[in-house]
Amino acid sequence: MPKYEIRFGGFGGQGVVLAGVILAKAASIEEGKNAVQTQLYGPDSRGGAAKSEVVISDEKIDYPKVDKTDLLVLMSQEAAEKYGSEIKDNSIIIYDADLVQLNLSGSFTPYPVRATKIAADMGNKIAANMVMLGAVSAATNIVSLESLLKIIEASVPAYAKELNMNAAREGFRAVKEIMGRRGGNEN
Amino acid sequence: MSEVVRQHPAFKYMRKQFLPHIWCPGCGNGLILAAIIRAIDELGIDIDETSFVTGIGCWGLTGNYINADWLHTTHGRALPMATGLKLMNPKLKVFALTGDGDLAAIGGNHFIHAARRNVDLITICSNNMIFGRTGGQVAPTTPEGKYASTSPYGNIERPFDLCRLAEAAGATHVERWTVMHPVPLTKAIKKAIEHKGFSFIEVLSPCPVQYGRKNKFRNPSVLYNWVKEQSVSIKKAQDMSEQELEGKIIIGEFVKKENIPDLSAQLLKLQESCEKKS
Amino acid sequence: MRISGRQFLQGNEAVVEAAIAAGCRFFAGYPITPASEIAETMAIRMPQEKGIFMQMEDELASLSAVIGASWAGAKAMTATSGPGFSLMQENIGMAVMTETPCVIVDVQRSGPSSGQATRAAQGDLMQAKWGSHGDYELIVIYPNSVQELYDKTIEAFNLAEKYRTPVILLSDEIIAHMRENIYIPETLDIIERKRPRPEDKEHFLPWKPDDDGIPPMAKFGDGFKVMVENNTHDATGRTNQTDAALHTQLINRLCNKILNAKKDIVKTEGLFLDDAELVVVSCGCVSRSALEAVKLARQKGIKAGYFRLITIWPFADEQLIEVAGATKKMLVAEMNTGKLLREVKRVVDPYGVQVNHLPKIGGAYHTPGEILASIEKAVKENE
Repeated sequence: MPKYEIRFGGFGGQGVVLAGVILAKAASIEEGKNAVQTQLYGPDSRGGAAKSEVVISDEKIDYPKVDKTDLLVLMSQEAAEKYGSEIKDNSIIIYDADLVQLNLSGSFTPYPVRATKIAADMGNKIAANMVMLGAVSAATNIVSLESLLKIIEASVPAYAKELNMNAAREGFRAVKEIMGRRGGNEN
Repeated sequence: MSEVVRQHPAFKYMRKQFLPHIWCPGCGNGLILAAIIRAIDELGIDIDETSFVTGIGCWGLTGNYINADWLHTTHGRALPMATGLKLMNPKLKVFALTGDGDLAAIGGNHFIHAARRNVDLITICSNNMIFGRTGGQVAPTTPEGKYASTSPYGNIERPFDLCRLAEAAGATHVERWTVMHPVPLTKAIKKAIEHKGFSFIEVLSPCPVQYGRKNKFRNPSVLYNWVKEQSVSIKKAQDMSEQELEGKIIIGEFVKKENIPDLSAQLLKLQESCEKKS
Repeated sequence: MRISGRQFLQGNEAVVEAAIAAGCRFFAGYPITPASEIAETMAIRMPQEKGIFMQMEDELASLSAVIGASWAGAKAMTATSGPGFSLMQENIGMAVMTETPCVIVDVQRSGPSSGQATRAAQGDLMQAKWGSHGDYELIVIYPNSVQELYDKTIEAFNLAEKYRTPVILLSDEIIAHMRENIYIPETLDIIERKRPRPEDKEHFLPWKPDDDGIPPMAKFGDGFKVMVENNTHDATGRTNQTDAALHTQLINRLCNKILNAKKDIVKTEGLFLDDAELVVVSCGCVSRSALEAVKLARQKGIKAGYFRLITIWPFADEQLIEVAGATKKMLVAEMNTGKLLREVKRVVDPYGVQVNHLPKIGGAYHTPGEILASIEKAVKENE
């Protein structure tokens, strides 16, 4: 498979880095592919733009960063404006509809997922990144939901396992629902 | 900027173009900055003759927000750099703003020497008991048993008592307050501004993001209430046993020595005596 | 228990696991972005491995503690970035002068001074060799992947033990913070420092070298009564600061034990070199981009080659001369204003190779596209 390039964009504190790490780990440890995860953030703990990139390939990966994306996950308006045009043709964009207004041209399939709201309704908006991960699996099939859940379970403290895993399941379901409504001929 | 902010008495002292500040929600640093501004304002100090020399860390970023001359130093070097500044322009009121990591770890040696020399500085240490900016590593001020990213099993080292350290090193004005005590804190800063010698004010200023989350403080108000509850005045502490004082934060004025010449006075005297001889 | 097999690790984590595998049981450091994860992971792992983690009061104290630990017989390491690396220079000189094995990790960030804390750079390539005062040689290794951060940390400890020298392991914010899958073999080759024989205690001369130029290293507490002197000293360790010949002999021995072993120490990587019209020269994070650019160039029919320095010091003169002999042009791509460039030009100018430069600072990482554009431009020049 040619390399698959993913970018998560949001602000500091949303967990975009963790999302990238879990995705890359799922692809490499659970599914035996080569994966590299990188991130870019500023020096401040909260606020400020943050992005996380994942490259997945069956071959050895040289350049570890992402130029244009096969998949773009947006959790802030700033990220949408910054990365919205760095996409490949026929790529996918998953975005938090409550935080992002997508005014983009280009050929892509959008998946609006109200990740922050879904997570908040489940008990903690901090799990919005997990909702997005579930959505990623459903929208792209780059890793299976099972693989993601396994890594999520191993990556969060005991008291948070249930919430985070369910958040991922909800994100997965949300995208499948969108696909169903669109006639199921996406992907 | 909202009208509420514009009407705030501190606003005229701020670098407006750099607001809002980057400190996390729940950070104590803003409260200390407010106290500094109140002290300057109430004394009617000329801000043009007020300098800020700050170290590396969240507290050291204060110079971005107060509109005055600002030297942002390398890590731990606020005091020796402030010393140079003060000595060559003694009419300046020089504030050294340094966090507990900046001051007591890498800056430790400079701390005891500046105190010993009685350099006329207003040193305000924002003590959040952790290295906040770099992600929550243990600091020389982290209480025993508490968690940090480099004390994942609980801190096995005893922390400094920064005020006792300053006192032992020769500081002539030493106080400790917390961000939950804005009125006495402002008073202390005013005293420090007018004090001729090394003033050291330690302010317990909790970091909910690093210290709080690693030590099971669910949210900033839980952490702030804990700080308030742990505070006990020097007077009250005198009647308490060592056991009762465990984990307590003793607040108040520890040292106020008048008439000990500061370093600038000593140097001036030296210059005058040499002048006479030549 | 050291980890093995297929792992998914962060660069900084890989350094820790490799250090443990190499036998490191003492780490002293100070928080600094982007190296703090090494300290944090060591804080967790050292007690588990019956080792010791110390967060010291600053970087001067950190390397000081590492040197002390090494004389207690331990394999010891510290990790820092630019500002801390600058503070460590005096003690690096001491480790050289006292032939103290130790590993110092410098995760390069953008400077000078506090610079850009969370941005990568390659600005310390020269400082790693020339940062301390006086005349000396040491070993500087610069991996370019998480796998190599693991493998080269093992190598760093091995070389430190073998040559009784500090070894600088350079890294950068990009490879230190990236996460990749790696493979750790079940068995590793670990080298231990030469120790004197107990029967030699009586007449032990701690600074008398064996035939390889390296003296065996005694451990404090074993009865050898070693004199470890960082002033110029004779074979007993006693200081002698007025004998020019003695000082010359000592410094020459310290330098030659490294320089004469270049064949063993210096590692490089070359690909697509047989028929290359232009060779891209790089190291560290930039080399990942460079390799992709070279492959893209080849796809476009451009005969581009790839040459990477893995060992930065001692410098790969011999290897670079070989590459220069078979090509006409080179392109040095680096994240600084011109460091590798100087050394490359020093070596290849006599061979009439045209050397172009693609510097980039500010934490902005060369993209394969940028390097490819430079390759294309350079190839067209003087046609």
